[in-house]
Amino acid sequence: MRKRRLTLSQKKMINGYLFILPWLIGFIFFYIRSIILTTEFSFSKLTVEAVGGYQLEYVGLDNFIYAFREHGTFKQVLTSSVFNMVIDIPLIIFFSLFMAILLNRQFKGRTLVRVIFFLPVIMNSSAISTALDLSRQMVAGGISAGSSQMAAETSATGVDIYYYIDLFRDLAMPDRILDYIVAAVGRINNIITASGVQIVIFLAALQSIPSSMYEVAKIEGATAYETFWKVTFPMVMPHIITNIVYTVIDSFAESQVVTLAYNTAFTDFNYGLSSVFSLVSTAITCLILVLAVGYIQKRTFYYN
Amino acid sequence: MDTGRNASLKNRIKAISENPKFINSKKGMKSGLKQLLIKIFSFIVIVGICYVILAPIIGMVVNSFMSDADRYNPMVYMIPTSPTLEKYKISWARMDYLPTMGRDLLYSGTLMLLQVFICSMVGYGFARFQFPFKKLLFACVVVMIVIPDHTIMLPIYMTFKNFDPLGLMTLFAGKPLVLMSTPIPMYIMTIFGCGVRSGLYIYIFNQFFRGLPKEIEEAALVDGAGTWYTYFRIMLVNAVPAVVTVAVFSMVWQYNDTFYARLFLISEDIVISKKIATLQMVIANVDRILDTSIQELYLNAGIVLIMLPIIIIYIALQKYFIEGVERSGIVG
Repeated sequence: MRKRRLTLSQKKMINGYLFILPWLIGFIFFYIRSIILTTEFSFSKLTVEAVGGYQLEYVGLDNFIYAFREHGTFKQVLTSSVFNMVIDIPLIIFFSLFMAILLNRQFKGRTLVRVIFFLPVIMNSSAISTALDLSRQMVAGGISAGSSQMAAETSATGVDIYYYIDLFRDLAMPDRILDYIVAAVGRINNIITASGVQIVIFLAALQSIPSSMYEVAKIEGATAYETFWKVTFPMVMPHIITNIVYTVIDSFAESQVVTLAYNTAFTDFNYGLSSVFSLVSTAITCLILVLAVGYIQKRTFYYN
Repeated sequence: MDTGRNASLKNRIKAISENPKFINSKKGMKSGLKQLLIKIFSFIVIVGICYVILAPIIGMVVNSFMSDADRYNPMVYMIPTSPTLEKYKISWARMDYLPTMGRDLLYSGTLMLLQVFICSMVGYGFARFQFPFKKLLFACVVVMIVIPDHTIMLPIYMTFKNFDPLGLMTLFAGKPLVLMSTPIPMYIMTIFGCGVRSGLYIYIFNQFFRGLPKEIEEAALVDGAGTWYTYFRIMLVNAVPAVVTVAVFSMVWQYNDTFYARLFLISEDIVISKKIATLQMVIANVDRILDTSIQELYLNAGIVLIMLPIIIIYIALQKYFIEGVERSGIVG
């Protein structure tokens, strides 16, 4: 029998599959299988056997009911994590866009400033920040002293923040907006350290805008303000989506929910409950992503 | 006569409009002042934010050189009066610094090489070949980036606790293999493209390879190079910015990673960042230094020691790295 010869496109197809093969195996084995198993765990009571291996016992929705009705901290941790994330996203996006525009100008020491701005990404180690927090708590004399220490520090700067809050409240500024601003100012350190990658992404986006567009805007007599809203902003719009995705993932990977899920599994050995925590938080992350990206995608202008 | 008058008028207008004294002089000054103000403003903002980023690092470095007397003296600010290396000496000894650091760099370094190799291969496969379900599979890569690690942590833990792929281990060795507290699970996951943030690296490589001109490969094909030869000898060589970006990212994130290190119970003799968590306790118990504010100085010295190699790598490669991030299209 004559051996059938493969056409060029068939050969290319096989080569393509060969190139992605390692990842494909890994994805099926570590991701698809794991997600199915996690779902299964969340509906069961899992007992680890002495020989190795585990026994699953179907308990229906018990774990979910326990997590939402009886567990002491889950709901609180979840809402605070989600809330933090929702506050952080717009702040990080605006801050990094602003910084990227500042850094996009030519000035002396530009490289140095860029190196410094990316430093937090490099130094972001949860082990180190945990160790530092712990040591600070010990210096202050235990966890309970933490809050009083903070109060002492704020008064030491000589700025009475409550005076300003009252001032704005007297001007009939809505409390909700005021709270947001106070929270935003309070987390300025977090925002700066969390926006290294986003700044670089926006910088690249700004540099990819063709300069002819700015020339046209200038000839037509647009002011800097108009140029920003009519040229710069629409052109970086697609990258805002990239940045939102990155920010959401990054902030969720370090949130309290992850710690809670980890501790429930490996300190309390309640695997089913831990799976519920993971699944619920993942679902919420995906929901936020879909909502945010969907909302912006409709308003996004794609140049190409 | 009329035309002559017109011409002289035109000349006068021209002379006035070209005279620098009359050209929008007021406007020019105003915009000059505006420019200056914007410059000063952006200078202040940039310096301020750089300070926010650098202040904790500077504080740590200063603290690590302080002697006990400096710590107790409230007059000492920023510059220690009697700097000492004693904190470094003890932290160095308690962390068993050089051997541990060597093992950790070996561990992160080999994983980094694997990441670069595997992810570039997968990214190239997605960028340059047409095959059925390609779009769906690439969507899976994005899913992999989006899904948080803790969703899959339990099944992975169970898998490696009794490692028994397709029942092969039970068949040959009689019982499943226990891979906990070794770095092997991390290697296995990385080889199969599911290491620390592999999805992101695949994405970066895919974007980069898509941006390279197709003519290079066509030329190679005409000259008789096979697919794999083209990939190794031509494409990978051309992808240096992407390779540097991914290498630095994966090195740093692997080095800083504690999630997988804790999940797989990898020994702290291999992952040095786990040692920092216990350093303060060790110094309190072994060296009998019981004042917590002095312990903090030792901790700071330890942190400086741990961050040192990463910062050296970063500063040495920063030129290629930041260019690489910009060019290799994390930007979709």
